[in-house]
Amino acid sequence: MTTVNLPSSVGVEATVNSGSLGAVGTWLTTTDHKRIGRLFIGTAALWLLAFVGVGVLLGFERIDSKAFTLNEGMMTQLFAASKTLATYGVMIPLMLGLAIALVPTQVGSRALMFARNAMLGYCLWAIGSSLVVASLLANGGPGGGEAKMVDLYLLGLALLIVGVLAASVSVIATVISARTAGTDLADVSTFSWSALIGATSLVLTLPVTLGTLIYVAVDHHYTRIAFGGNVGISKWLGWSMTQPQTFLYIIPAVGILAELAPVVARKAQPLRGGVFVGIGLISVALLGSVTQNVHGLAWTGTIVDKAKSFVPYALFNLLPILGIVVVLGLALIALKSDSIKMISPFIPAFLGGGMILTAMLGNAVQLISSANLSGTVFEEGVLIYISYGSVLVAWAGVAYWGPTLWGRMLPAKAVVGIGALGFIGTVLAALPMLIAGFADQQSDSVKDFDYSGPAKLWNGVSTIGHALFALCVIVGIAAAIKSFATGERVSGNPWVDGGAQ
Amino acid sequence: MTASVERVLPAGPATSARHPLFIATGSVVAAGTMLMFGMLAVWFKFRDASPLRVGKNGKMIHDWLPADLKIPEVATNTLAITMVIAAIMGQWAVYSAKRKDSQHTTLALFITGMVGVAAINAQVAIYKQMGAVLADGAYQTMFYAITGTMLFLLCTGVAFSLVAAFRVLGGRVTDRAVVTAHAMYWYFLTTAFTAMWFVVYVQK
Repeated sequence: MTTVNLPSSVGVEATVNSGSLGAVGTWLTTTDHKRIGRLFIGTAALWLLAFVGVGVLLGFERIDSKAFTLNEGMMTQLFAASKTLATYGVMIPLMLGLAIALVPTQVGSRALMFARNAMLGYCLWAIGSSLVVASLLANGGPGGGEAKMVDLYLLGLALLIVGVLAASVSVIATVISARTAGTDLADVSTFSWSALIGATSLVLTLPVTLGTLIYVAVDHHYTRIAFGGNVGISKWLGWSMTQPQTFLYIIPAVGILAELAPVVARKAQPLRGGVFVGIGLISVALLGSVTQNVHGLAWTGTIVDKAKSFVPYALFNLLPILGIVVVLGLALIALKSDSIKMISPFIPAFLGGGMILTAMLGNAVQLISSANLSGTVFEEGVLIYISYGSVLVAWAGVAYWGPTLWGRMLPAKAVVGIGALGFIGTVLAALPMLIAGFADQQSDSVKDFDYSGPAKLWNGVSTIGHALFALCVIVGIAAAIKSFATGERVSGNPWVDGGAQ
Repeated sequence: MTASVERVLPAGPATSARHPLFIATGSVVAAGTMLMFGMLAVWFKFRDASPLRVGKNGKMIHDWLPADLKIPEVATNTLAITMVIAAIMGQWAVYSAKRKDSQHTTLALFITGMVGVAAINAQVAIYKQMGAVLADGAYQTMFYAITGTMLFLLCTGVAFSLVAAFRVLGGRVTDRAVVTAHAMYWYFLTTAFTAMWFVVYVQK
């Protein structure tokens, strides 16, 4: 692997402006990949706060299914906000931001290819996501009552998708065409490989969402006949905010985990090819996504019927699991070393990777028709597992590459502590939803669920989990800001050279 | 200070990116293909779900295209041929650029752009001849959505042609990457349009 770690002055316009306005101008017109990546990560952290806040609110409302604090319209928007923010506001930009910031240095390039395009992508994504949040606040999301705000939601969604696509193209072009001379694609780091696979998956699936979105937007604005108006938005676009499509969004997270394991083991990954294949297998989910359909398992009828149901189910839902199992397995093989030296970012990365695997397994169970989990909160639990899990891995990535991005270290105690707290929060928030799903608690609803199990307990524990994760996010952001502003300065690779733990 | 600098190894050569524009355009083409074919898939879904009725030849057909709407076949077929011509012009620009023939490269790029403008004009003419009102029903809504998206892509193609032409006109004759990427983009536009033409205008 070739790495080039250049000072951020390379590729950056002369900073002649002074004062806060000049600084903002410099940031908004930057072509420095590290800055663009940090912009993505920083803005995604804000949406993460909003997403976790929504989780707390919804959980609180669910504790008592008879008493409500917020009105029904607001509830609908909160459920829509939860899914939209989890995917387009948090998972995609966090992973994309890390990729933009790090891939050029990892492949030995002095700059991101088409950096202005990536910056344009960031601007479109930031504006689009802001419009989406604004429209959701004004009762304009899927199922929203304000028609003009619903149009705004669709416009915002289109803008942010175009932005993500633009930034993804830059990542793809950098990995494929800007590697140091003599470096094969097989020689790039596992994170760069996962960034390439993840960005390619986005480029191949998000346009399908965009195409459907165009139909839905035109239909909603003019006729509301064909696509069901505001209610039809979730039906037609919901697949891009749920599993297995979300597997594609977190592919770089798997790459982060695969990259950290050999660092802990202090030896090269003995089966790099296997890791690459595993990461590639996860992207098989894109085939299922572009069909815009859920491929469940109906184990009924003749053997032919069963085969017809099983093959697409296994292809689109089980193969991605095999992919992450391969990566995790090879990471564990790499850890069979006498020279293991634990580094703090590996803890949240490993815990987050476990959460992602749990989400994939949960999705496979959910799609078995005889389990009767469709339309229950089980699906919400799976989304919490995968989104919070990817946040934990992203936290590990920020901690691990902090010295490269900011030139400063995050304290090991903060990295491990926040990672462990986040893990507990994730389990508490998601696991009760899986259990409540088996008790037939309806998804996207805060009322009229009544089952023999302890509903208040499950929803109460889940709320505590969300609150714990919210605390973890706030502390994490504060720790990152403090450490990257005034923390210990480092140069080179502290995880190897300096022996940081 | 000078002594310490002398002890440092000199910086390596700057990385020369290999065909980045080609790769980026390829990615955009992949995205555009998924966009158009995704839209066509939804079109198929709606057409297949439409009720059946007896057609003019007595066979059962899907009641998808409203009976009062007529597709102007001459205009649509001319538009399809125009798109093929645009792709050929794009390839001519590559052919000329390989021979460092700036005059013909510029000419080919401008002609590609003009043919693109002609295609846009033809699409607008089809809209006028059909006289379909967007808010009249599901077919009209989807018709304008899919052809409108194609029209937007055509506009980006024309813009690409103009940018490439002015670059060559400005003396960057040896920079073949833009001309090659431009040709690839027009191949994509032609392919995507042909698929759309067959589904929307021929199969109806």
